[in-house]
Amino acid sequence: MPAAADAVAAVKARWPGVTDRPSLDHPAVNVPPADLLAVLGSLQSAHGFDMLTDVCGVDWSAEANPRFTVVYHLFSTTTHDYLRIAAACADATLPEMPSATALWPAADWHEREAYDMYGIRFTGHPDLRRILMWDGYPYFPLRKDFPLAGMETELPDAEVAAETKVGTIAAPMAGGPFVASAGEINLTDAEPRAKDESWTEKRPKPGT
Amino acid sequence: MPVEHAFPDSAAKHAQGGFETEKMSLSMGPSHPSTHGVLRLQMELDGEIVTKADPVIGYLHRGDEKIAENMTYNQFVPYTDRLDYLAPLANNMAYAIAVEKLAKLEVPARCQAIRVITAEMARISAHLLGLGAFGIDVGAWTVFLYSFTEREKLYKLFEELTGARFTTSYSRIGGVARDVPPGWTDRVGAFCDQFLPLLEEILDLLTRNKIFVDRTAGVGVISRADAIAYGLTGPNLRASGVPLDLRKDKPYSGYEQYEFDIPVGANGDGYDRYLVRGEEMRQSVRIIKQAIAKFPEGKWYAEDARRIFAPRKDKVLTSMEELIQNFMIVTEGPQMPAGEVYFEAENPKGALGFYVVSKGGGVPWRLKIRAPSFCNLSILPRVCVGAMVSDVVSILGSLDFVMGECDR
Repeated sequence: MPAAADAVAAVKARWPGVTDRPSLDHPAVNVPPADLLAVLGSLQSAHGFDMLTDVCGVDWSAEANPRFTVVYHLFSTTTHDYLRIAAACADATLPEMPSATALWPAADWHEREAYDMYGIRFTGHPDLRRILMWDGYPYFPLRKDFPLAGMETELPDAEVAAETKVGTIAAPMAGGPFVASAGEINLTDAEPRAKDESWTEKRPKPGT
Repeated sequence: MPVEHAFPDSAAKHAQGGFETEKMSLSMGPSHPSTHGVLRLQMELDGEIVTKADPVIGYLHRGDEKIAENMTYNQFVPYTDRLDYLAPLANNMAYAIAVEKLAKLEVPARCQAIRVITAEMARISAHLLGLGAFGIDVGAWTVFLYSFTEREKLYKLFEELTGARFTTSYSRIGGVARDVPPGWTDRVGAFCDQFLPLLEEILDLLTRNKIFVDRTAGVGVISRADAIAYGLTGPNLRASGVPLDLRKDKPYSGYEQYEFDIPVGANGDGYDRYLVRGEEMRQSVRIIKQAIAKFPEGKWYAEDARRIFAPRKDKVLTSMEELIQNFMIVTEGPQMPAGEVYFEAENPKGALGFYVVSKGGGVPWRLKIRAPSFCNLSILPRVCVGAMVSDVVSILGSLDFVMGECDR
């Protein structure tokens, strides 16, 4: 992949903060958030990476530092190369990243999704609001400290909730997740089974 | 289309011949025949002209990416069926290849050929539904009846191969669930032979149909620059004149062995998107016929997949080696290397991408699904502005999206 390798070399020479990122397939670099827009703009205009295929957040666990990373996948419609750009958010409690919407309108919805799922604020985004969850939803569901079963929340429309007398409740864990714990010595613990069996459809949730 | 309410505050009030006019807010969907699922369009109208369109998505959000982080790689295969549920076989393949890249697995030629045949059949099936539904949207009912008859024949073949008509869950990491039944490829070939003349008949209903051309030509024009900037992929991108097809440009699963052409549009309007899909079906038949003609012998799964791919049940019950393998997979989960991969496959709707982040072990740390319908819909606020309300229906039909994939 000469074109992508050239682009990586050029970007690294111009911005000393850019470092190689381990990757099993496409060339990948880590970019400091301060240089992100300049690097992306240069890749778009000077190196032919004209398509932004994907933007997504990654949470490296609640204890990790830096906790949130935004990963961009660029594609060139002329050389057909992919390039991965990763930028780590400096702050774990109020993660922020400059928005790439001025470079690619495609970034609009992707960044809204990353905000919706991880709470990463994209500064300069023209219309940063939730996209998959409803407006006013209080949590960021793809964060690692958000449980798979979900959390009880108010329904978005108070009138509907009052009329139908329903609310959202967390999903019972009776069906899973069936995840095996690798490297577990105690085979009973290692068995794939629902890890939280404290409550099911039949047994009520403790404390309710 | 229920009219919600007109709000005078945001409306551009001006007196015209003594009448005060104001803009109207119109909510289309989430349950509307032309929104193909649960898409809602919040529009602002000036008479019949759309001045603002804001797509509201997420009605089908099931948290697939969260679910993926809580199960082993093979367990997620059935969830991929439910992304673009009109082409589950193609999704299965895209997901399997992404994880195989992570596991550094090479699948044998027979498995690649099976995957190519099933993916192209899925493409024909998805495009048939896309065209049929597009026809209904603009008032041509008959196409739907013809295309569904053909689709039914494909579903019979899917059922014979996978045991399911709709949610096939056919691919596994490092292979496919089972070999093709005896005589199945001949029946696929027979389907192709009878399908080609019927396809011409179906397309003849629309291609020179005055009403259809009037409703689609010049409607929802997407320029080449816009298509690239908004990250459009698949037929919608090619209809805008960008000859990008990952099967040709980034060949996977042995697509480089087959001869086929990439249809490209000239105007980027709804009519071009229709023409591109029609031609893609002809090309898919070409690929299927070539794959059947040189259908390789051999295994349909990679031998190296033994630490990931559960062995056959009869082998587990009779052979010590397979029993141990099965036990290890069930108790410890498959063992995957740590690292990151991103793979995109050319699906019927566009490039379906999987970004897999692994920290080792049997469960992905992060699985991002790059859904083509999500990106294709993001251009709606741009193309709908200036269109008539009835054109919005035509634009939605021509973009051919699936909400299962858009919302995940």
